[in-house]
Amino acid sequence: MFMIDRRKFIAGVGATTSTMLAAPHVARAAGARVVVVGGGPAGATAAKYLRRADPSIEVTLIEANKDYYTCFMSNEVLSGERTLDSLKFGYAGLAKAGVEVVHDLVVGIDGAAKVVTTQGGQKFPYDRCIVAPGIDFAWGALPGYTAEAAEKIPHAWKAGPQTALLRKQLEAMPDGGVFVMVAPPNPYRCPPGPYERASQVAQYFKHHKPKSKIIILDTKDGFSKQKLFEQAWAKFYGFGTDKSLIEWVPASKGGKPTALDVAGMAVQTEFDTVKAAVINVIPAQKAGKIAFDAGLTEGNWAPVNKATFESKKIPGIHVLGDGSDAATMPKSGYAANSQGKVTAAAVAAMLSGKAAPTPAYVNTCYSIAGENHAFSVAGVYTYDAEKNAIAEVQGSGGLSPIDASDEDRKREVLYAQSWFRNITADIWG
Amino acid sequence: MMKSSFHRLLGVAVVAGTIGLAPAAFAQASPEMMADTCAGCHGTDGSSNGPATPTIASLSADYFILSMKDYKAGKRQSTVMGRIAKAYSDDDIAAMAKHFQTKPFHRPGQKVDAAKAKEGKALAKKYCESCHEDEGKVGEGVGVLAGQMLPYLQYSIADFLDGKREPEKRQKVKFDALMKDKGGREAFEPILHYYAGVK
Repeated sequence: MFMIDRRKFIAGVGATTSTMLAAPHVARAAGARVVVVGGGPAGATAAKYLRRADPSIEVTLIEANKDYYTCFMSNEVLSGERTLDSLKFGYAGLAKAGVEVVHDLVVGIDGAAKVVTTQGGQKFPYDRCIVAPGIDFAWGALPGYTAEAAEKIPHAWKAGPQTALLRKQLEAMPDGGVFVMVAPPNPYRCPPGPYERASQVAQYFKHHKPKSKIIILDTKDGFSKQKLFEQAWAKFYGFGTDKSLIEWVPASKGGKPTALDVAGMAVQTEFDTVKAAVINVIPAQKAGKIAFDAGLTEGNWAPVNKATFESKKIPGIHVLGDGSDAATMPKSGYAANSQGKVTAAAVAAMLSGKAAPTPAYVNTCYSIAGENHAFSVAGVYTYDAEKNAIAEVQGSGGLSPIDASDEDRKREVLYAQSWFRNITADIWG
Repeated sequence: MMKSSFHRLLGVAVVAGTIGLAPAAFAQASPEMMADTCAGCHGTDGSSNGPATPTIASLSADYFILSMKDYKAGKRQSTVMGRIAKAYSDDDIAAMAKHFQTKPFHRPGQKVDAAKAKEGKALAKKYCESCHEDEGKVGEGVGVLAGQMLPYLQYSIADFLDGKREPEKRQKVKFDALMKDKGGREAFEPILHYYAGVK
């Protein structure tokens, strides 16, 4: 989906040009140059906070798309609770912060010459480079599921046209239809996301298509916030009864899909063929393409020094967000935002010849599982230098209590909405 | 988060801006580094865009410290703050308190009921202003009410009245007087609309 956007965009403006947002070309002392590749939550935060840390640093952010659609809160578009437009963020805020924003696709990073090259043929020399590659899909992990197939069977795991497509299919589905979701193997972007999606779709079915059914075919035997989700599903969608709107089939009970029949609209599992009116495959994931092309990966992700997010493969390049191996932090929007700030502080210090400061990281992630019903997981982390690990502070964080009151579940919905407004303003505002 | 007194001293050095090249694993993170992690929920520099999560910018350090310690000890009702507060030492909390105290409280204006706000203004004068001074913008050791998010103010009152958060002595006297004079807990609503609407 994003490749198509890029092609369209490049076709529209001509292959050799790119547009720059009006950045204030105020006279700056010749400062260090940082090129940020990717304008999602991680890259945009890093760019903005770098300018905050040291306005003498010349920050250029290169992003293929003119707008970013957040994956977080996109499940609410599927239930009709939110518009796709409410997830859309542009780059004017970054330009205002003094970041030079270039809309082009980065096709190469030369770590020895310290130059970033774009599809439009532009070259950007840097002193330090920050790469926020996001995710790509491991096409072929589920035989039959390809980039082309995603135009018929959406993943909707990068928000935008894919989200709109899945919503349209759910709206067109007759009452009594079966919606099958294939949940991905770990690790992947937004661990509770597939199950929040099932909840949001169930909420839509409950009111508009009550005879319909959701089947989650899972490659795993457990998932994030599972007890909280199952409690909510029982409360709102009859989970655990024979009238349940949601059926979850774990791998150990034959849920693992083995092939996808795109033409026949069916998912094969070890023992069964599950036919569906609408299918959503959330594929296995790996770091975004540029991380592989630039030689920043090991396995599926980019290994880094977790205090600075500097690549373990190529010095001078920092890799953060969903595409980096930043375990034990989950791949989430909050984690990306938090890592953006740690990276910005590290890069600013390193450019002026100082040691990177002690990092501090936080993640908070809300799931809205029903009307007036949300819960969260929170984590506060410090850096363990001996193990190069991001370690959760003992005795803190964790899940919303299973026995929280209805009032608290309701408050968490408003806090989730507040989180969305505040974090997006912090990233792109 | 266990730190020896030597490491606490290092932390103080960071606050004072005299940090050398301390090994990362031993130093406390700078106040800014810690405070910036709050922005995801509370807004950049602690000023919230709402609808519910409160602004923590410009809170007095005393009130910030009291709040965090009460969250940490489970003495104050919360959904998520209690879990987060448990991660921070007293030094961490003090450093963040000092940081946020200096940040401006942005008041872009919230939708409130104008009639209620007008009624609330008169009530606030009688029952609140002795502690929450200057339209609720300042006050010794108390929260900032002016422009604070309306749902958060409503949650706070509900928690005080339902015994999930302990009111101060002076506060309890005023709360009781308000409810006695005006007939119950609904009397708070106009006051909250008034404070939420202060720009």
